[in-house]
Amino acid sequence: MIDAKTYSKSFIIIILVLVGCFVLNISLGSVHIPLQDVFKSIIGSSTEQDTWLYIIQNYRLPKAFTAILVGSGLGISGLLMQTLFRNPLAGPFVLGISSGASLGVALIILGSSVFGGLLTTLLVSKWSIVIAASFGSFLVLISVMVVSLKIRDTMAILIIGLMFSSITAAIVSVLSYFGSAQQLQQYVFWGFGSLGNLSWNELGIFFIIYCFGIVLSIFSIKSLNSLLLGENYAKSLGLNIKRSRLLIIIATSLLAGTITAFAGPIAFIGLAIPHMTRQLFNTSNHKVLLPAVFLFGAIIMLICDSIAQIPNSDYTLPINAITSLIGAPVVIWLLVRKRKMIF
Amino acid sequence: MENKNNIILNTENLSIGYASKKERTIIGSNININLNRGELIGLIGANGIGKSTLLRTLTNVQKPLEGTVKINDKSLHKYDAIDLAKVLSLVLTEAVSSKNLSVFELVALGRQPYTNWVGSLSEYDMNKVDEALKLINITHLKHKNCFELSDGQLQKAMIARALAQDTDMIILDEPTTHLDMYHKAYILKLLQKLTQETGKTILFSSHEIDLAIQLCDTVVVMTNDGVVSDQPCNLIADGVFNSLFPKDLIIFDKKTGSFKVKK
Repeated sequence: MIDAKTYSKSFIIIILVLVGCFVLNISLGSVHIPLQDVFKSIIGSSTEQDTWLYIIQNYRLPKAFTAILVGSGLGISGLLMQTLFRNPLAGPFVLGISSGASLGVALIILGSSVFGGLLTTLLVSKWSIVIAASFGSFLVLISVMVVSLKIRDTMAILIIGLMFSSITAAIVSVLSYFGSAQQLQQYVFWGFGSLGNLSWNELGIFFIIYCFGIVLSIFSIKSLNSLLLGENYAKSLGLNIKRSRLLIIIATSLLAGTITAFAGPIAFIGLAIPHMTRQLFNTSNHKVLLPAVFLFGAIIMLICDSIAQIPNSDYTLPINAITSLIGAPVVIWLLVRKRKMIF
Repeated sequence: MENKNNIILNTENLSIGYASKKERTIIGSNININLNRGELIGLIGANGIGKSTLLRTLTNVQKPLEGTVKINDKSLHKYDAIDLAKVLSLVLTEAVSSKNLSVFELVALGRQPYTNWVGSLSEYDMNKVDEALKLINITHLKHKNCFELSDGQLQKAMIARALAQDTDMIILDEPTTHLDMYHKAYILKLLQKLTQETGKTILFSSHEIDLAIQLCDTVVVMTNDGVVSDQPCNLIADGVFNSLFPKDLIIFDKKTGSFKVKK
């Protein structure tokens, strides 16, 4: 395989771009903070105004780190799914993870009217939403996993994942029908996605689970590469298909599941980032693609978040809309320019 | 004893087919074949006679209904996946999933059973890949992507990948489909050259009976009556090829070693 070294120049460039986007992201916001004070507060020394230090350290930095984790994590889980299913339309949510999370959240927010007042009391603290989302995606994941152990055909798993999505979407519709306007609004707001709601403690938990997912993905690099040949060839190369498949599914679920739990169902990034990366790095080798997708995901998410903030205004647009608004034209442009879907 | 060492693959009372909970579909039974080391072996038979099923059974893709398949005198189910990948490589009829792989990357994937957990190529691996590319004569295609190749070039790249896997035996499932007459002969001639130059055993299934008769050391013929394997000239003398197909349309001409359409 052509080694990562061949791409070292490109990697240095995108790492620099990432650092640039990171600085840009934390220097922009509703309050204008001069660049030098931004740097000062990153290294922890005092700034001209104490509020600036507070804003940067407790609001913008965690938000920027969340953006990096969300973008890279979704990108990588998208890459894993596209290779596992050998389908360019696959994304991190094909296994029904986001719909599972949506169901969990919908039950908490909307379900109170159906199940009565008991739930309303412990309702809609942030943690209950995180737990509901994790629990929902975990349930869907377990069902998909049980199915995947029984079924040999990977495509069948893909379709079963889509069916799970339909079922959960239907339940959410029924719940919405009975929900009050206020509850609906709350649910819709969760669906917008949000990067800015995490404290350092929450970010810590997010980061730990995220790391498990990343480590599993790194250990899947070799099997992902042999899966490029198709399952029968991969098997003839000595690959244990069922075990690799399970590892890949667990990695995706950890990444996409926690991201959805903490930041809401962020659309598009997981599907688009691997394609953008493949267009720019002309290779299928996951040893190159995995770190590249990581960096690109983080960059795009930081940019989207910077735009969603609308610099120097008090408005924050829904991040979920921005990712699609920015990302979709980019992918279309790349495909039109290269005239070829590389997979 | 010496004779036994010369056998790379043999089957003992092998029954092939498909088993489900309700019933067993037996496609072939009582198959006993011995394949000699270093030979080019063709597997021929009519459509639907079970060539693919036999190859799938020999390559451990599916389990035999009865009997055993032994490679190097060791039963197939006793191999673990990695060890089997070191003695047996495959070229299948299915297309590679990712057409974006370069020829070099494709061939280098053949080294997977030998590489570390992240799949890094050592210098030895690189040499093996280059050697395979050179043997197949496709070094100039090294940096082309698979979607840029013709069917014939792609088939060569797949054979190079199997070579890079560095196994005693290579099994190919219908390597000549989709190819024109010249490339059919070219690929089979190439396989013959490989057995002679590398000492590998190559088994392929094919519908090119006349080419197989000319090039193979041994031909395995599957008919409704059973499976026979022998040198092509002996098979012709025994009239085995006559029983290959229904006799209403084509007949085997012993003199030319090919089939003729009935006038």
